[in-house]
Order: sequence, then structure tokens, then C-alpha cells
Amino acid sequence: MAAGKIDALSQFALHPMFGELGQMGFSQSPLMMAVAAGLTLLILGVGMAPRAMVPGRLQAAAELLYEFVHNMCIETIGEEGRRFFPFVFTLFLFILFGNLLGVFPYFFTFTSHIAVTLALTLAVVVLTTVVGLAIHKLHFFSYFVPHGVPKALLPLLVPIEILSYLSRLISLSVRLFANMMAGHVMLEVFGAFVIMLGGAGWLGLLPAGLALGINTILIGFELLVAVLQAYVFAILTCIYLHDAVHLH
Amino acid sequence: MGQEPGDPRGFSERLEAARERQGLDPRPTQPEPSGAPDPSAFAVGARVALDLVSALLVACAIGWGLDRLFGTKPWFLIGFVPLGGAAGVLNVWRMFAPDPKAPGPDRRRTGPDPGR
Repeated sequence: MAAGKIDALSQFALHPMFGELGQMGFSQSPLMMAVAAGLTLLILGVGMAPRAMVPGRLQAAAELLYEFVHNMCIETIGEEGRRFFPFVFTLFLFILFGNLLGVFPYFFTFTSHIAVTLALTLAVVVLTTVVGLAIHKLHFFSYFVPHGVPKALLPLLVPIEILSYLSRLISLSVRLFANMMAGHVMLEVFGAFVIMLGGAGWLGLLPAGLALGINTILIGFELLVAVLQAYVFAILTCIYLHDAVHLH
Repeated sequence: MGQEPGDPRGFSERLEAARERQGLDPRPTQPEPSGAPDPSAFAVGARVALDLVSALLVACAIGWGLDRLFGTKPWFLIGFVPLGGAAGVLNVWRMFAPDPKAPGPDRRRTGPDPGR
């Protein structure tokens, strides 16, 4: 930063870690994924260990999370939602913890890489397609045939429907990745402002303070976005599953 | 449950009426607010933009890939770009379709979706 250049993107660079493991492609990203998964298991496992009738704080948090996602599944997908609850719950917690851990300084946000979010989205889209095929067999493809249109238009409309279906891949993954990345770039830029202005003599002190204040607000905003985007990803997964189960 | 003579209503109905007279049950003033708060205009705009562009991107990728596969340089791409644009508009239409019972393909997305 001292060179007077804002380098907002190097925070997303991956660095090999742990020598031998790093040579195999182990970097901060899988490390944070492991941390997120471990933390999820820890909170749920330790939280639910007492199995108290009147839950303590951690158990209440674990139960709240569970019931929140459980209700979301059943309300959005319907009664069949129970079968998909484990998937949605896992996905939600993984993304939630990935987003939230990324707010800590020096921590890496693995959801800020489109490779990660696209892989998650691919899992969702493949699952919805497989579920649709498993439940409706070949009738699933009627999903792509809009009803009430003249037959002559179908060769044009069916590809459009299929493209619309496939566009979920991009819209779901880009939404999560862009939100997380944009937030961290903003934090980095305003953090650089603080340092650059603070080092520019007495005239820069006030703007530096302002930038610091904005950064403080941004951190709170990032927390909101982290939770909201995990929720959006989970609810969109539920909506897609609803489409696959009910076809319309 | 002894029913008062001359009152044909069941017990629960009379109880409800009595509770209402005493103002014990706050009567629901308006229809339930629909779950999540209304997404802001910016959020809606971002969703529309993303839905429009994502379909186009997928179409471009498919067209480009098919061209590469068959060596028909621009033709699949040219064909798929308008289709992708149409699919993007279809995505946006689904978001704002006026009536779920409207004719045409209406797998309207229900439920709260405050995407940014």
C-alpha cells in the first residue's frame, strides 16, 4: 500500500500451503472450507450434546438454525421437502460459515471464487435434474414444453426454456460470488484509503477518519450480506427443487 | 359441553365472540405481511440484470462450444445469441408475471427471494 497503489484483488490470490500438500493444490481456500465444515460440525455436535429440554445458548442456536432451514424446506418445496432437508441444510451452513469466516481479518473467503460457487451451483442443478428425472421419469422433459402454445412455435420455445433452465448455473453462482467479492474489494479499497490518507500529513487525517468510519459500517454490511446470500442460495435451491418435484 | 338453550352456536364460536367483545384477541388488521420484507429497488434491479445476462452468457457458451465442436465458426453462436436473449427476458418475465394462472409457461417462483 505504501507505494500508493490500491491492490484490491491480491487478497483473492491462492497460495500453496503445508509444503507437500501445497504442491497438490492445497491452499487457503480448501483450508477455510475444512474450517467451515469443522466449525459447523462442532457447533451442531457440541450444541446438541446436552439434549436438554430447556436448551442452553449453543443448543438454542443449533435448534434455531435447524428449524429455520427445516421450515424453509417444507414451506418452499412442500411435504417432500423433508427428503431434501439434509442437502439444503448442509449447503446453507457451508456457505453461511464460509461467508462469515471471510469477514475476519486474514481469513480467506472461499465463496469469493467463482470456481467454488459454480461447483456448488453445479451440484444443485445436477441434483434438481436427477430428482426431476427420478420422480417423473421421461415426463420430466415436459417441463421444457410450455403448454397452450401452437405446435409450430415449439422448436423455438423449447430451446429458450432449456436455456432459461441452464441460466440458473450462472445466475446462482455469480450472485453469491459477486456479492462476496464486491464486499471484500470495497473493504480493501477503503482500508487502503485509510493508510494512504493517514500517511499524507495532517490534511489527510480527517478523510482518513471518514474512510475508517465507512469501513466500520461496511463490516456490518458485510455481515448482513454474508447471512443474506447464504439464505438466498438456500432458498433458490429450494425453489429449484420445488420445480423439479412439482414440475410446475 | 352444555349448550345454552336458544343459542344454536357451538361453544367455540360463542367463546370466540365473547373473547372478541372483551378485546382479548387482537383482530388481524390486514392480510399477513408476506414473509420477507420487500426487496429494495436496487436488489430487484440487480436480480433482473443478473437474470438477463446469465441466460445470454449460457447461450454464448453453448453456441461457441458447438461451433468449436463442429467447426462452423460463427453460425451456432449467431443462432444462440437471440435465443439466449429471449431466455433472459423469459427469466425476467417469470419474476414479474402478473398472475400464476396466466396462460403460457408459468412456473412462477414463489416464496421470499430477496436476492441482491
